[in-house]
Amino acid sequence: MSATVDPASPLRKTALNATHRALRARMVDFGGWDMPVEYSGLIAEHMAVRTAVGLFDVSHMGDIQLRGPGSLAAVQHLCMNDASRLAVGQAQYSAMLNPDGAFVDDVVVHKLSDNDYLIVINAGTREKDVAWVHSQIGAMPGIHISDYSDFYTQLAIQGPKAESTLQKLTGADLSAIKNYWFTWGKVCGLPNVLIARTGYTGEDGFEIYIPSDGPTSALVWSEVLNAGAEFGILPCGLGARNTLRLESAMALYGHEISGSINVFEAGLARYARLDQGTDFVGRAALAAIQAAGGPKRRLVGLESIERGIGRDGYPVCTVAGERIGEITSGSPAPFLKKNIALAYVPVQFAALDEVVAVEVRGQLVKAKIVATPFYKRPRKSA
Amino acid sequence: MAYPAGYRYTKEHEWISVAGASGTVGITDYAQSSLGDIVFVDLPKVGDRLQAGKIFGSVESVKAVSDLFSPVSGTVTAVNEELKNAPEWINADANATWMLKLNLTNPAELDALLSAEQYEAFIAEESEK
Repeated sequence: MSATVDPASPLRKTALNATHRALRARMVDFGGWDMPVEYSGLIAEHMAVRTAVGLFDVSHMGDIQLRGPGSLAAVQHLCMNDASRLAVGQAQYSAMLNPDGAFVDDVVVHKLSDNDYLIVINAGTREKDVAWVHSQIGAMPGIHISDYSDFYTQLAIQGPKAESTLQKLTGADLSAIKNYWFTWGKVCGLPNVLIARTGYTGEDGFEIYIPSDGPTSALVWSEVLNAGAEFGILPCGLGARNTLRLESAMALYGHEISGSINVFEAGLARYARLDQGTDFVGRAALAAIQAAGGPKRRLVGLESIERGIGRDGYPVCTVAGERIGEITSGSPAPFLKKNIALAYVPVQFAALDEVVAVEVRGQLVKAKIVATPFYKRPRKSA
Repeated sequence: MAYPAGYRYTKEHEWISVAGASGTVGITDYAQSSLGDIVFVDLPKVGDRLQAGKIFGSVESVKAVSDLFSPVSGTVTAVNEELKNAPEWINADANATWMLKLNLTNPAELDALLSAEQYEAFIAEESEK
């Protein structure tokens, strides 16, 4: 398919690479992918998603399909959430764990039909994830594993005007799709497009999966931009994607979650089926952590109360300057207009309103622990 | 955007414009464009002594923080206080948005800086990387 590795360049490209360059996007190496970080400007793009609608190329995400009579058992073994509760057409946030109860990757599991599941994985972990899936469930009976990562161009249409924008391009009734559900429909004349009400921005929105050939991808991209023009749609890069997910306190692999951070520490135990009989990789370790009194450190939200911006990797200290933890993601928040961060601190410092300090390039900047998500979208008025 | 021929430039992307013994310092259009939306500028105080090639402050965008390096040695005579509230002016017009003024202690240091032509060649190389 089109998203193959060019031997002359170590960077991988999505089918929309030339489109991004024609839009004069600033491109960066993101986990081995040549991706747009911003087009018109990060703040404008962030605000477009919060107040209107934005369009993202997220084709670098991976897609693993599990099919066969053993597929539910395989998903249940591989992922911590309870896929047996999914109806056909429903998706759920989940994660693949290692035997320590820490993260191989966080994923979204879609139930396409009985005996057919689509697992959407992160870009930077694709090869590792595919190898992991094969090593964990490859020998299970009645299961066929397909890596369809390069077969789809994945577009995210996000924001309060996402539905109005996408509805112009499809006959599927988008208003009937609930959050974390999906359907198939014709989009821009293409049949059987997976249309999911999912995203990574904290806003309402959709992710659509179209064939990854160049002309089709470019056509749908421009049709979405045309459809959203009346609402002020902007193409959005990974810069805005990061600040949007940070305001919504959504985890990013390699930052809030990794192979050495467990589910309790990350605050994601509500997505794990800890109390049920069926086993999954990492469950025994989680039970042991729970029995030992829970995690020693916890992911918290920080808001600067003095001037200074805490960024990824900056130390978190007591106000007296003793180092107690580290920021995993930190940035100015364009919509909230505050300096926010996610950080791991020992549980005794994790209470709301606790004041700590962030070491910002040699200077201690006071910050307080605040509730997450930092931003929660307003509820739709009926 | 063109780089004014009357300015001198550093490889760290600051510009300096000199009139007599007084220099005016800002960052280049290439720098603002690389940083993206600027949200915070940390500058020294009037009276502070800066050394050529040494850090005198920082500029932060949403996605990154970058040190500021003094093109020459000198004593700060003025700081653009308006940047505290409107750092985005640097994005709008980097050539015309000054950060500080200083009295040069050693004008010969200017000879070590790049001309506009040399700077443009330098950033062309940088973008190739």
